[in-house]
Amino acid sequence: MTRYRPDRTVADVVIVGAGVVGTAIARTLARYELDLVLLDAAPDVGTGTSKANTAILHTGFDAKPGSLESRLLHRGSALLRAYAAEAGVAVERTGALLVAWTGEQLAALPGIEANARRNGYQGTRALRAGELYAREPALGPGAAGALEIPDESIICPWTTPLAFATEAAGAGVRFELGTEVTGVTSAGGLHELATTRGPRRCRWVVNAAGLGSDVIDAMFGGGGFTITPRRGELIVFDKLARPLLRSILLPVPTARTKGVLVAPTVYGNVLLGPTAQDVTDRSAVATTADGLRSLLAAGQRILPGLAGEEVTSTYAGLRAATEHADYQVYADGGRRYACAGGIRSTGLSASLGIAEHVAGLLDEAGLPLVPRPGPAPAPPAMPYIGEAGTRPYQDAARIAADPAYGEIVCHCERVSRGEIRDALASPVPPADLGGLRRRTRAGNGRCQGFYCGAAVSRLMAGRR
Amino acid sequence: MTVVVVGAGPAGLSAARELRRLGVGSVLVADREAAAGGVPRHSFHTGYGLRDRHRVMTGPSYAQALAGAAVAAGAQVRAGTTVTCLDVRPGGPHQVTLTSAAGIETVPAAAVLLATGCRERPRAARLVPGDRPAGVMTTGELQQRVYLSGERLTGRALVVGAEHVSFSAAVTLAHAGAEVVALVTEHERQQSYAAFRLGAAVRWRIPVWTRSTLSRIVGSRIVAGQGAGQEAERGRLAGVEVTRDGTARFVPCETVVFTGDWIPDHELARRAGLGLDPGTRGPAVDTALATSVPGVFAAGNLVHAAETADIAALSGRHAARQIALFLKSGVPRGELDGGFAVPVVVEPPLRWISPNVAGAAAAPPLGRFVLRSGEFRWGARLEARQDGRLLTRSRPVRLIPERPVHLGAGWLDQVDSAGGPVRVVTSR
Repeated sequence: MTRYRPDRTVADVVIVGAGVVGTAIARTLARYELDLVLLDAAPDVGTGTSKANTAILHTGFDAKPGSLESRLLHRGSALLRAYAAEAGVAVERTGALLVAWTGEQLAALPGIEANARRNGYQGTRALRAGELYAREPALGPGAAGALEIPDESIICPWTTPLAFATEAAGAGVRFELGTEVTGVTSAGGLHELATTRGPRRCRWVVNAAGLGSDVIDAMFGGGGFTITPRRGELIVFDKLARPLLRSILLPVPTARTKGVLVAPTVYGNVLLGPTAQDVTDRSAVATTADGLRSLLAAGQRILPGLAGEEVTSTYAGLRAATEHADYQVYADGGRRYACAGGIRSTGLSASLGIAEHVAGLLDEAGLPLVPRPGPAPAPPAMPYIGEAGTRPYQDAARIAADPAYGEIVCHCERVSRGEIRDALASPVPPADLGGLRRRTRAGNGRCQGFYCGAAVSRLMAGRR
Repeated sequence: MTVVVVGAGPAGLSAARELRRLGVGSVLVADREAAAGGVPRHSFHTGYGLRDRHRVMTGPSYAQALAGAAVAAGAQVRAGTTVTCLDVRPGGPHQVTLTSAAGIETVPAAAVLLATGCRERPRAARLVPGDRPAGVMTTGELQQRVYLSGERLTGRALVVGAEHVSFSAAVTLAHAGAEVVALVTEHERQQSYAAFRLGAAVRWRIPVWTRSTLSRIVGSRIVAGQGAGQEAERGRLAGVEVTRDGTARFVPCETVVFTGDWIPDHELARRAGLGLDPGTRGPAVDTALATSVPGVFAAGNLVHAAETADIAALSGRHAARQIALFLKSGVPRGELDGGFAVPVVVEPPLRWISPNVAGAAAAPPLGRFVLRSGEFRWGARLEARQDGRLLTRSRPVRLIPERPVHLGAGWLDQVDSAGGPVRVVTSR
């Protein structure tokens, strides 16, 4: 993929924002006869909220019934489940348990179950304390019961937007990354976006700018919502903690507290979080001493065994929260503009539903959608980076065919030189070591580079 | 039947050579790194080999000498080979799965020696809050970047820790071109050896900031399209916040190195189901360095993170002799779950003791136990008691965090095999 500089050509559609929503829209629109540009301020796809979240593929059981979010989550999660299976995105159907620790929480479970039904989800099941502890023996003492949501799953949040982007790149979408939109002038049926790399002209703009979606929306005369980023800090525990739990352990939301969850990850770790703090700075992805301390305290109540395990990593992500309860998704034919903003924390699960919905809105608003001839392209075959399936280092036939898959470079995550080589040569290559981590897991492990940091950097720089 | 040694650092290589010298027919050493030698491979300062080879060498020449000696003795040393699974079988042989560019192979082993060493806790494991920019690393990564990759560093650097390895990191930073601002330690004073400390301090005039903690990491602001190279996305380190007596101040710097705070690389041991010692966090071992599974032994910094390389080497040699005895007699030595096996535990301020099981007929490596303290104490005595009964009391010793303190092993024959754990405590 060449990172095209903005040029004098006129694109049919510029999608602003290459997160999970923007890349999903790009691969969906790429099925039509359109000249598409995917633009992002960051030098890679999937770098904002898309890379730092709880990595859960939600069923939408707890959405607000009747909301757009509920509808798109329901549709999107079904689409993504199927897509992930085809594209090699790691997904594990672990199920979730809403664990009630107090009488008040226990009393709230039937209401949550009824709410799930209204959202079209029928699979919930109430568990008594005894059943709960049989399922999760390492759970801390004092749980009164739980509601089981068997279809809640964990997913690789990094491969998902990469798969969408890879599919889009294959269909001819041009990527203009490291390019921030600073303004727009519209005249004569054309938009001219002012960017940090010069002007870029197009007929239509789709705003999928996540944390910046209100700023872009205001440029197009919207202004119906304001993003107040909600910071969530998370702690990733060592893989040796993974046997402590089977399911996603969710808190029961009450009026007083949101609580934190404990979940397995598809990489075989245990995730604890998030905190929820409203911040003003849209780049405030730093962790805090208070946040980490409160998470550890909460985690040790839920799973006391976590206290004896090592922390592998900590991070913070920002959710694009607005003053509205629902997504801000609309299209305006007069302005040749569509907005998919205010997507708080369900964007990953709903992404394909949002993309399908936005395509429909654009069609209604007058963007000519002419399907490309021939069958729809199959999802790309992405490198599988989950623990549940076979990794390259475990595949004797693959190593025999290409010994680079037997050369383990990142020991904690068991990433081979072959996988790093493939990622660097992929259609959507990483811009930096962070991007390489999201594509291969190299450097993500418990040593955080003690053993492999220098070697991975050498490979990234094209040296052995 | 083969003895498989996991890890070709000082302990593993020394053990391999000794096993061959003692007549063990087949010795296979696997190391996941591209070359044998372990940490000394990328530790360019001198001082290696003192107690095991009776001369002073640099890390790389020491690593080379140990690897050469193991190969010359007839051990098979395979670098670039990861032990991806250790399947222990009661009564043996244990099954060891090796993965490399040559493929995946499972080797039956009459005995296994785990010598997988230790690593420094990185920033995340220490729960240091803040941003996640580039330029934050451990000594292990720093040394490999500078000495194996030939990277140069510019700007100011801060070192977290003030023990032996911290001064070593400071020297590496200075060699690489960085200006070392200070060593930061939460302790009252630094903990390194005088000679080493003086060398670094006099030559580079590096101050030590005591009773201070690195309380936050601050990254540079990322501007769209302006990032370059391997930090395009996450940005560089702008500086850190150092807190002393509740007051935080910002210290601009481009590199931070987290040193020490060792943790054994116990993944293989734990996944194989070996009993772990809560103090060292490595596998529990008796004085023969036998683990809870007969035929599986552990040596080096996996069982005492971290001692100097020569001590690790002697620990490997000790384990080799015990493995040779085990192979000859066929007696499962050091069965921790049954027979004569009494845990040896410590109480604060002591953090750990190694070995940590009394029971085997053997004396521990070098005839002594090695311990760590979490606090400074002058003139403390170490006492070992079992069920209140005094087994031994040491002469007054000086306790320094992260520095070894030793306890003789002459009292082992007084341990009651049916009694409770031996408690090692400090007294005046």
